Amino acid sequence: MAADDILAEGGSDAPPETIDLRRELTETHAQEVLDELDRELVGLAPVKARIRQIAALLVVDRVRRRLGLLSETPTLHMSFTGNPGTGKTTVALRMAEILHKLGYIRKGHLVSVTRDDLVGQYIGHTAPKTKEILKKAMGGVLFIDEAYYLYRQENERDYGQEAIEILLQVMENQREDLVVILAGYADRMDQFFRSNPGFRSRIAHHIDFPDYSDGELMSIATTMLAAQSYKFSLAGAAAFESYIAARRQQPLFSNARSIRNALDRARLRHANRHFEQAGPVLLEDLMTIDAPDVLASRVFRARPDQIDSFDR
Amino acid sequence: MRITQGCFSFLPDLTDDQIRAQVQYCIDKGWAVNIEYTDDPHPRNTFWEMWDLPMFDVKDAAGVMLELNACRKAHADRTYIRLSGFDSSHGWESVRISFIVNRPKEEPGFRLVRQEGPGRQQIYTTQAYAVDRPEGQRY
Repeated sequence: MAADDILAEGGSDAPPETIDLRRELTETHAQEVLDELDRELVGLAPVKARIRQIAALLVVDRVRRRLGLLSETPTLHMSFTGNPGTGKTTVALRMAEILHKLGYIRKGHLVSVTRDDLVGQYIGHTAPKTKEILKKAMGGVLFIDEAYYLYRQENERDYGQEAIEILLQVMENQREDLVVILAGYADRMDQFFRSNPGFRSRIAHHIDFPDYSDGELMSIATTMLAAQSYKFSLAGAAAFESYIAARRQQPLFSNARSIRNALDRARLRHANRHFEQAGPVLLEDLMTIDAPDVLASRVFRARPDQIDSFDR
Repeated sequence: MRITQGCFSFLPDLTDDQIRAQVQYCIDKGWAVNIEYTDDPHPRNTFWEMWDLPMFDVKDAAGVMLELNACRKAHADRTYIRLSGFDSSHGWESVRISFIVNRPKEEPGFRLVRQEGPGRQQIYTTQAYAVDRPEGQRY
């Protein structure tokens, strides 16, 4: 009865409060970052979907907290798995920005480390080193690249285990101060999680980065070139498309990274071609990557015995 | 007797949230935060033991609080702990803020020692009761 009275009183002078979640999202400026993510990153549909879900959760949580509803801080530690060059590091950087705008982390900086930065070289060296990094990352995102190197199965006295223990403890006790993102190749990360079950259970979001399709790689290439004020000629674009198809069949293919390397080499040949020809060069020529720049690549005349020289 | 040294020492002890806010202020100003502790509270004792290294590249107060809690755990109720913010910018190059964040449960205070000098001159000095006992067993 008493509870009814209170409810009735609250409802009498004000209409039941409705909350505009869209406006909430715009207010936090997270929408801008999400849009930017959509615009600037090609493909990666499942990754973007998951990031949207996380953003939605955080917005709803913000509103709930403002209205005095009980809400426990969600765990946001993540693991990014995927083949080389699928954009794990790029997304991690954006993640720090998004979480900061949503007010989940206080500072929004990203500390990117590998095994070397966490694990010491002698007994008693590891703990201070790991703690130093953790302190630096507080209020932001700690990004551990190639996290599976932390655990060396073959050596049970490896100091990596110590770093893992400290990490786990902080991940559990200071969830509101720090977000840890682990990244690595899918199969080796799986093995890493199998041998460290504590990690798997403390990470709420396992996000898998799919390989890019040929079309996506092509649009990545065009974006990369545009960023450096280059463009493909029609023939150049056709040549590059066939380059992507050919390169994919060959070993050590690493998605966007291979594309970047290929473009760098194409620019090299492009510069050389114009340098060697006599006579003046047009501005247009300096901007245009043409078919010969791409077709000179070794990828097109590779034989199986040339396996290690693809990235040259 | 309550020791009053540094900032805020005439106020009630700072809560952890208040300490965190002060630390964040120091960090935002670009000062390096240091944790120091001692069991000799004499005001002339300016060189306290340092806990860990000065925290130059910590961006958030949580990192400092982590170390402060570690220091409290190790020295519990037996020492004074203070935080100081060091400004390394040209022209300052000195400590800009310093405040006590932890004190022993009981603070016995100081005695006044009088000494007869030449020609009936009185030489006054203060001495903490705590320092009668050796270092590490004082509180």
